[in-house]
Amino acid sequence: MLQRTTLEQIIPGQCAVIQGISAGRELSRRMIALGLRPGSQLLVLRRAALHGPLQVRVGHTEIMIRRGEAAKIWVQPYPGGPT
Amino acid sequence: MKKIALLGMPNTGKSTFFNRLTGSIAKVGNWPGITVDLLSAKILLGGDMVEVVDLPGIYNLHGFSDDEQVVRQFLEEQPVNALVVIANPTQLDRQLALVLQLRSLGLPMILLLNMSDEARRLGVHIDVPGLARALRMPVAELSAKYGQGFPQVRHQMEQILRQQGTPRAAQTGVLQEDDALGQELNTLLRQHVTIPVQIKAGWSERIDKLLLHPWLGLPLFFLAMLLLFEAVYGVGTPLQDALGWTLDTVKTTWLAPALAGFPPLLQNFLLSGIYDGVGTVLTFLPIILVFFVGMSVVEDSGYLARAAFLMDALMSRLGLDGRAFVMQLMGFGCNVPAIMGTRIMRSRSARLLSMLIIPFSLCSARLQVFLFFTSVLFSPRTAPLVLFSLYVMSLLAALLTALVWKRRFSSYEPMLLEMPPYRLPTLRQMFSQGWQQSRHFLAGASGFIVLGVVAVWALTHFPTGVTPAGPDTLAGILASWLEPVFQPLGIDKLLSIALLFGFVAKEIVIGALAVIFGSSNEALGGIISARMDWVQAYGFMLFTLIYTPCLATVAALQRESRSWGFTSFSLLWSLGLAWITSFLFYQGARALGL
Ligand SMILES: Nc1nc2c(ncn2[C@@H]2O[C@H](COP(=O)(O)OP(=O)(O)OP(=O)(O)O)[C@@H](O)[C@H]2O)c(=O)[nH]1
Ligand SMILES: [Mg+2]
Repeated sequence: MLQRTTLEQIIPGQCAVIQGISAGRELSRRMIALGLRPGSQLLVLRRAALHGPLQVRVGHTEIMIRRGEAAKIWVQPYPGGPT
Repeated sequence: MKKIALLGMPNTGKSTFFNRLTGSIAKVGNWPGITVDLLSAKILLGGDMVEVVDLPGIYNLHGFSDDEQVVRQFLEEQPVNALVVIANPTQLDRQLALVLQLRSLGLPMILLLNMSDEARRLGVHIDVPGLARALRMPVAELSAKYGQGFPQVRHQMEQILRQQGTPRAAQTGVLQEDDALGQELNTLLRQHVTIPVQIKAGWSERIDKLLLHPWLGLPLFFLAMLLLFEAVYGVGTPLQDALGWTLDTVKTTWLAPALAGFPPLLQNFLLSGIYDGVGTVLTFLPIILVFFVGMSVVEDSGYLARAAFLMDALMSRLGLDGRAFVMQLMGFGCNVPAIMGTRIMRSRSARLLSMLIIPFSLCSARLQVFLFFTSVLFSPRTAPLVLFSLYVMSLLAALLTALVWKRRFSSYEPMLLEMPPYRLPTLRQMFSQGWQQSRHFLAGASGFIVLGVVAVWALTHFPTGVTPAGPDTLAGILASWLEPVFQPLGIDKLLSIALLFGFVAKEIVIGALAVIFGSSNEALGGIISARMDWVQAYGFMLFTLIYTPCLATVAALQRESRSWGFTSFSLLWSLGLAWITSFLFYQGARALGL
C-alpha cells in the first residue's frame, strides 16, 4: 500500500494540495474555517526550531499549525511554486 | 430601542468599525481574539437611537470556547434589528461560509467587505452588485481604518433600520445543518470573487524571514523588548521629573501658604497625606502613557502572533501553547484583560494553567514601583538593565509555575492560529488606544489610590502624640506583627506596610511610601536610598513582582474560572513563590557578602 503524505512531511518552500482531513469534528471545522479544506492549495513557509509549529499559507491566509495537527492533514505535493 | 450587532471572523476589523461608527475606543489589535466580551454603545442613526453591539470574532456557529459562547448566547437571547457582518475580502474564500451560516439565522443582514485598502493593493476584485444579488443582502466595501466607503455604509445601515422597525429573535434552531452550503459557496466564489495568487514575496514575508528566523528569532525578540524598555525609560523619565518638580513647586509656593491657617493635623493630612501620596503616583502618568502607546504599536503590528510562533515549541513542553505566551505579553499592560483573553482556549485545563501564570506578568502598575526603586538605587545606565532583569524574572516565574503544575492541568488543546500580515497603526489609533489604557490608571488614582493613601496616612498618624510612622502608631504595631514574615527577606518594617496595601493595587505602593516617610516626590528617593541597599531593594522588588498583583486580578481569576478553590490556590501559590524567591535571593546575596 502506498504511504500517505501528510502536511507534517512537507518541507518549507514546497506546495501541496489537501486531499483529506482526519481529525475530530470540532478541529476539522476550525481547519476548514481557516481555509484548510480538501482541494485547497497550500505552501509551507517555514518550520519553527525545536520541533515547533509550521507556518503555512493558504490563499491570503497564513496559519501556524503544530506538527501534531499537521499530521492529520494528508496532502499531495506538487513541484514548483503556487499556481 | 433599535439594536444592531457586529459579527464576523476574528481580526476582520469589527472593533475598528465599531469605533468609527460610535466614536468609542474599543480595544483594537492585530491578533485574533482581542475582543472576548460584548461591548455596546448607543448612537443616533437615521433619526433613531440605536444600540450597536461589538461581539467577539467567531469562526463558525458551532464553537465551544467561552468567547464563542458569548456570541451564541447573545444571538439566542437578544433580538436585533439587523446584523452587520464584517469580512476580510482577501480571505473571502474561507470567510464567505460564515456569511452563509449567519444568513440562516433569518435576520436582516448587511455584509461589509472591510480592509478595502489591502484588497486593492493585493489585486483582489469583488463583483459587489453581483454578490449582493446572489446573497440577497446589501454588500458594501469600506476601509474601517482609513474611512473610505464609510459614509455610504452608514447610509445603507440607516436604510436597513428603516425597513426593519422592530427587533427580531434569531432562528438559532437551524444552526445545526451547514454541510449543504458547500455547493452554493463554490458558485459564489467562482462567479463574483477574484483573488489572485500571491507570487512575489510581500514585505510581510520578508520581515518574517528575519523575525521568525529559527535561531535569531528569539534573541531578536528579547533585544526588541530591551530596546522598548530603554525607550520608555529614556522618554518617560525626564517627563516624570518635570511633572514631579511642578507638583512640588505648586505645593510649596501655593498650597502650603494657602493652608497655613488650618489645624496642623489637617494640614498634614492634606499635604503629606493626599497631595504627596496621590501626586507621587501621578508623576508616573507620562511613563505609563509612553509605555501604553508602545504596547499598542506592538499589539497592532501583528508581532504577537509571531511571538506565539516562536515560543510555541517551548510552551508545548510546559503543557501550554504559544497563545499563553502572548497573554503573558498582553499582561504587561494589565493582567485583567490578559486573563479574559484566555477565553479563546477551548480546553478548561489549558485555560486554567494559562490563568495561573498570567498574574506573574509584570504589569504597568508594578512597572511604576520598579521604575521608582531602580532609578533611586541604581545608576541611570544600569537601571534599564535591572528593569529588564525583572521582566525576565517575571517570565521565569511563569514558566516555572507551568512546569510545576502542568501535570495537574494537563490538556489536549489543538493549536491552530491565524498569523495576520504586519500592519502599521495610524497615529490616531496609536494615541487613542494608548490613552484609553492609561485612563484606567487615572481612574484608579481618583478612586482607590486616594482611599489607600488616606488609610496609610491614618495608620501612620494615629494614635496622635507619638512620632508619625513610629513604632507606637497603628502602622508600627501592624508592622511588628508582620516582622517575622518579612525580616528574613530583608524587608524593612515600614515597607511591609506598603506591601500590605499593594495587595489591593500596586499603584498604591509608591503613594503609601510617600505618606509613610512623610515626604514628596523629590525627597522620597533620598530617604529610600539611605534606608536600604540594592540587595534589599531587589529582594523587595522580587516580592512585589511575584505576590498577588491586585484585587482586580483576583476578581478576574474568580470570574473567569468560576472557582474559589482555583482562585485561592493561585493566591497561595504566588504568595509562597514570592516569599521563597526573595528569601533565596536576599539570603543568598548576603551569604556571598553582597
Ligand atoms: N489595512 C486595514 N487594516 C484594518 C482595517 N480595519 C481594521 N484593520 C486592522 O485589523 C486588525 C484587527 O482589527 P480589530 O478591529 O481589532 O478586529 P476585530 O474584528 O475586532 O478582531 P477580534 O476582536 O479579535 O475579533 C487591526 O490591526 C486593525 O488596525 C482596514 O480597513 N484596513
Ligand atoms: Mg474586536
